Amino acid sequence: MSQNTATLSSAPPFDEAAANPVAGIDQTKGDFQYDVTYEFDAGTGLNENTVRYISSVKKEAPWILEFRLNALKKFQSMPMPTHWATKDLENINFDKIRYYLSQGQKPKRTWDEVPDDIKQTFERLGIPEQERKFLAGVEAQFDSEAAYSNIKDLVAKQGVIFANSTEALREHPEIFRKFFGKVIPTGDNKFSALNSAVFSGGSFIYVPKGVKVAQPLQAYFRINAENFGQFERTLIIADEGAELTYMEGCTAPKFSTSTLHSAVVELVALKGAKIQYITVQNWANNVFNLVTKRGVAHEEAEIKWIDCNIGSRLTMKYPGVVLKGRKARGEVISIALANDGQHQDTGAKMIHAADETTSNIVAKSISVGQGRSTYRGIVHIPKHLKGCKNNTECDALLINTNSRTDTYPAITVRGDANSVQHEASVSKVNEEMIFYMQQRGLTEGQAMSLAVNGFINDLARQFPMEYSVELKRLIDLEMEGSVG
Amino acid sequence: MSSLVIRDLHVAIGEKKIVKGFSLTIKSGEVHAIMGPNGTGKSTLAKAIAGHPDYTITGGDVLLDGQSILEQEADERARAGLFLAFQYPSEIPGVSIANFLRAAVQARMAEGEEIDATAYYKRLYSKMDLLKIDRKFTSRSVNDGFSGGEKKRCEILQMAMLEPKFALMDETDSGLDIDALRIVADGVNTMRGPNLGVLMITHYQRLLDYIVPDYVHVMWDGRIVKSGDKSLALELEAKGYDWVKKELALATA
Ligand SMILES: Nc1ncnc2c1ncn2[C@@H]1O[C@H](COP(=O)(O)OP(=O)(O)OP(=O)(O)O)[C@@H](O)[C@H]1O
Ligand SMILES: [Mg+2]
Repeated sequence: MSQNTATLSSAPPFDEAAANPVAGIDQTKGDFQYDVTYEFDAGTGLNENTVRYISSVKKEAPWILEFRLNALKKFQSMPMPTHWATKDLENINFDKIRYYLSQGQKPKRTWDEVPDDIKQTFERLGIPEQERKFLAGVEAQFDSEAAYSNIKDLVAKQGVIFANSTEALREHPEIFRKFFGKVIPTGDNKFSALNSAVFSGGSFIYVPKGVKVAQPLQAYFRINAENFGQFERTLIIADEGAELTYMEGCTAPKFSTSTLHSAVVELVALKGAKIQYITVQNWANNVFNLVTKRGVAHEEAEIKWIDCNIGSRLTMKYPGVVLKGRKARGEVISIALANDGQHQDTGAKMIHAADETTSNIVAKSISVGQGRSTYRGIVHIPKHLKGCKNNTECDALLINTNSRTDTYPAITVRGDANSVQHEASVSKVNEEMIFYMQQRGLTEGQAMSLAVNGFINDLARQFPMEYSVELKRLIDLEMEGSVG
Repeated sequence: MSSLVIRDLHVAIGEKKIVKGFSLTIKSGEVHAIMGPNGTGKSTLAKAIAGHPDYTITGGDVLLDGQSILEQEADERARAGLFLAFQYPSEIPGVSIANFLRAAVQARMAEGEEIDATAYYKRLYSKMDLLKIDRKFTSRSVNDGFSGGEKKRCEILQMAMLEPKFALMDETDSGLDIDALRIVADGVNTMRGPNLGVLMITHYQRLLDYIVPDYVHVMWDGRIVKSGDKSLALELEAKGYDWVKKELALATA
């Protein structure tokens, strides 16, 4: 792994001017705030008392409190990863962040029971009618606690457990404790340690042996309070031969001060299981989005991350798959759009740990204006393995000359019984192409938008219908704001 | 009835003067052919009229129905009824012809008005049939990997769908095989009528056998140096541009 570290640390020095101009994008989506009376509030700042407070509000078992306190120590002792990552991380003021808020509600089960202001929020988020009807199947996170859910009942008939993290750890410790914090150890990085100390919200799912969940399970996250960090914790276990698609979408109101979002998502696909995890997110321009996502794929299992990052001030996210069993497959499909003032530092990690494992990474990034995209990847295939394959493709699209993109692919293959393929391309939106489209009557913004949608089209097609529609709409919004 | 008036137009690319006092009036219903040697500024003229941002208008004017369009962006001109069939059409990876044209048609509709998808596809298919374009092309990315001839046919398909007042056709015939040339010409002839004016740039008199022009102009060094009817094209073919050059030399001597 030393080779990887070397590559990562060769990241160029932070360019203040390029990374932090005031963003001039008018994002009308997600730009609102409603009054909410928070029943529990851990105040700002982080220390042992904060952690104890969160744990007591959640009436947690002692082992969880211990887990949290241990994580807090790790968080406090670990350095920022700024030796390879952007120095912008140093601008996070951990003392000003609120680590826990709750309305103290029990998750709602029927649409009628959902408070009007929350319904209004969904309305404003522009969730399509069709999807709104489907809200019966949405595990929606309103601030720290799930405010709405009822697909649970539906899938419960198949023996599926779909609960928020608090509930799941309380009611099904025998299932979740075994895997909790095992895919991503607390000390994996400073932010996974932070999440482990203060996590609340997020989904825990267990799909029993051989059960194939027909409809995708969904969660819709947003950040509602200023200075309020969200620390969701998600753990999904697909037992042998089980299949599941999980979708996560995020939009957030725009705030003047920075907001921290630091989630941990762990997936376990046991023998022959399949998990597909889909994210489309559109964070406000002041959000630090520092997420650790990783899955373990056992024998003949398959894990696929489809990850789309739009917005945020800084996103650092490298979904990974540990290919633990023979013939396991891992895939990361990623789209990142960095507009003015945004930095998308995304990528993938594929750790091959068994023979005949295959992995595929397709990453497309779009940088607009002063936006910056970085691809960072690791593909690790140790020498003793045979018949492993990796394919990595990174394509970057630059819109205007100030945009910047960096690629740090680290592929370590030791031994020649394995094969890797790597392709990378950087292209600019061609002015002749834009003129061509304008000549057909499209405005410059519409032309850009079409060009960008065309660039990611082959990946967007892999999204479920309503998500690719949402994605297109988000790109239209971003592109309209980026011209003239 | 509409008119497109190009009045003493001067166009430069950077410092380089390309179009030097070009004047021509096209009325709807008319087909004007422009011929002229390579590098004489025909494409530059067409792109400048269409509003290409790299081309600087250093003098003169272009009026559509009496209104100058020079202050308008390319897309405004397009929506006002100007269409350019490109000599070298751009490729747009990942954007299907159906979606692209749909966006272009939608762009011409009033705010709040939505395209009727069924009617749109019906119309698209009928135009494709007219131009003998296989329906599987609708899902192919615009011009992406198209052969030269397919690109040209796709330009005419777009023209048929967008129903411009004036079409500037830049060497639409080049790259077409004999059958395709006839198909494209038939397509253009079907569109021909009191609502369409055409400026047709070509090197080959053969095209003019299929699409018979009302006027033929010879462009030389950035402007029109000779005008006539269809017979001028035949004369040009027989005598070559040297003949025009000599006449020109005599006239200016
Ligand atoms: N972007 C550009 N930058 C510099 N020079 C250019 C540019 N575009 C065109 N020119 C030059 O302008 C002149 C006219 O070019 P144009 O394409 O208009 O000629 P044309 O009459 O269409 O020729 P052809 O018959 O070969 O298509 C040529 O000398 C060409 O090299
Ligand atoms: Mg030309």
